[in-house]
Amino acid sequence: MSDFLSAVVESWPLFFEAAGRTLALSAVALLLGLPLGALVAAASMSRVRPLRWFATAYIGLVRGTPLITQIFILYFGLTIVLLLPGFWAASIALAFHNSAYIAEILRSGFQSVPVGLDEASRSLGMSWWQTLRRVRGPLAFRTALPSLGNQFIIAVKDSSLAAFVTVDELFQVALRATASSYEPLTYYIIVALYYLAIVLILTLVVNRLEHALSKHRRS
Amino acid sequence: MSAIVSMQQVTKRFGPLTVLDAVDLEVQQGEVVVLIGPSGAGKSTLLRCVNGLEGIDGGTITVDGQQLVQKGRELNSLRRRIGMVFQQFNLFPHLRVIDNITMAQRDVLGRSREEAEARARELLARVGLSEKEHAYPERLSGGQQQRVAIARALAMDPVLMLFDEPTSALDPELVGEVLQVMRDLAEEGMTMVVVTHEMRFARQVADRVVLMADGGIAEQGTPEQVLEHPTSERGRAFLAELGGQG
Repeated sequence: MSDFLSAVVESWPLFFEAAGRTLALSAVALLLGLPLGALVAAASMSRVRPLRWFATAYIGLVRGTPLITQIFILYFGLTIVLLLPGFWAASIALAFHNSAYIAEILRSGFQSVPVGLDEASRSLGMSWWQTLRRVRGPLAFRTALPSLGNQFIIAVKDSSLAAFVTVDELFQVALRATASSYEPLTYYIIVALYYLAIVLILTLVVNRLEHALSKHRRS
Repeated sequence: MSAIVSMQQVTKRFGPLTVLDAVDLEVQQGEVVVLIGPSGAGKSTLLRCVNGLEGIDGGTITVDGQQLVQKGRELNSLRRRIGMVFQQFNLFPHLRVIDNITMAQRDVLGRSREEAEARARELLARVGLSEKEHAYPERLSGGQQQRVAIARALAMDPVLMLFDEPTSALDPELVGEVLQVMRDLAEEGMTMVVVTHEMRFARQVADRVVLMADGGIAEQGTPEQVLEHPTSERGRAFLAELGGQG
C-alpha cells in the first residue's frame, strides 16, 4: 500500500499535467460538438427533406463507426492533404463523434416540448426565433441536460483514445509509466482514479445546473 | 358597430377531410359570440384559423381591418392583438406567473420591465391572483392556471379574445371561477369568441350563439332563439342530445 501511495505522489506532476490535456481535449470536443450537434439536430427537425436526409446519414455514419477509426482517419488518413497534430486530430474526431449523440439528445429534448406551448407563445405575437429563445430552447435544454451530462462524461473517458495518436494525455502517461516500471496494476489504477475524479467533478457541476434549472418543479 | 372578425367562405381541410366548408362569420366589436355544437363540428378549428394557428385552404379572414396572412411578420403583429386562451392553459412551466405575463409584453410590445410588471400586477389583481405572482404554474390549480392564462393574453391589450374550451380540462368545482372572469370581461365590452360546452354561460353571456355542425354553421341567433327554439334539424338533434344539461 505504501508503495502505491508513493507511486501516486511521485507520478503526480506527470499526471497532473496530463489531466490538463485530457480536460483540454474534452473541452474542445464539447465546445465544437455542442454547436455542431445543435446544427445537426436542427437539420433533423427541418421541414426541408434533404436536410433531414443529411442529418440521418450524418448521425448514422458517425455513430456507426468506432471513434478510434475516426481519430486514425483524421491523424493518419489525411496526411496527403493535411497534417493534423495529434491533439487536433483527436479533439476534432471527438467533436464529430459526440455531435452525433448530442444531436439525438437535443432533438428528443425539443420533441418533448408540448406543441401547445409553442402555440401559446406564437399566439402572443412572439416570432419563431423569440419562441425558440424563450420557450422551446430553455425547456428542451432542461429536458436534455441529464443526457447531455451523461454524454459529457463519456466524452471525457473517450478522450483516452488520443493516447494512440501521441497526445500526452492521462492514458498516454499511464502507458509510458507502465512501460518503464513494469507495474501495470499500479499505474492503470492511478490513471483510473484521475478519470474518476474528473468525472465526479463534472457530475457535480451538471447536478448543480440541473438543480438550478428545475426550480419550477419544486415549491 | 364595426366588424372585428370577418370570415368569408373559409375552407379548411385536413387531408381528405373538409373540416370547415365555406364558412361565413362576422363578429362585431364588443360582441360575445359563443360557438357550440357536437365534437368534430369544426368549432375549435374555426377559432384556431382566426389567429392563424391553422392555415386555411380557401376564403379570407380579416381581423381588426387587416387580412390574415399565413405566416411572417404581419401574422405576428396581428396575433399580438388577438388573445388566445387554450383548453390546456399552456402556461410556460419554466417561468413564474409574473414572467409568464411579462415575457411577450417585453419581447413583442417592447415594454420596459417596470411597465410590464405593473400591467401584470394590475391583471393579476383583476383575476384575483395577486398573491401568486412568484409561484410557478405547477403549483397552481387548473382554475388558477387558466386565470393566469387569461391575464397573460389580456396583457397584450388585445382587440379580440378567443377561448378554446377554456373550462373543459377543469375539475367541476373550478369551472365557476374561470367563467366569472370571462363574464367580467364580457361586461367590460371585450369582443370575445368562445368555444364551450357550458350552456349556462352561453345563455347568460352570449350576444349570439352560433351552432356548428359538419364544418358549417347550422344556425345562429340570440341564445334564446338557438338554445330554446332551434329551427334546424342539426340544432334540434344537438340540443336534444344535451338533454337539458344546461
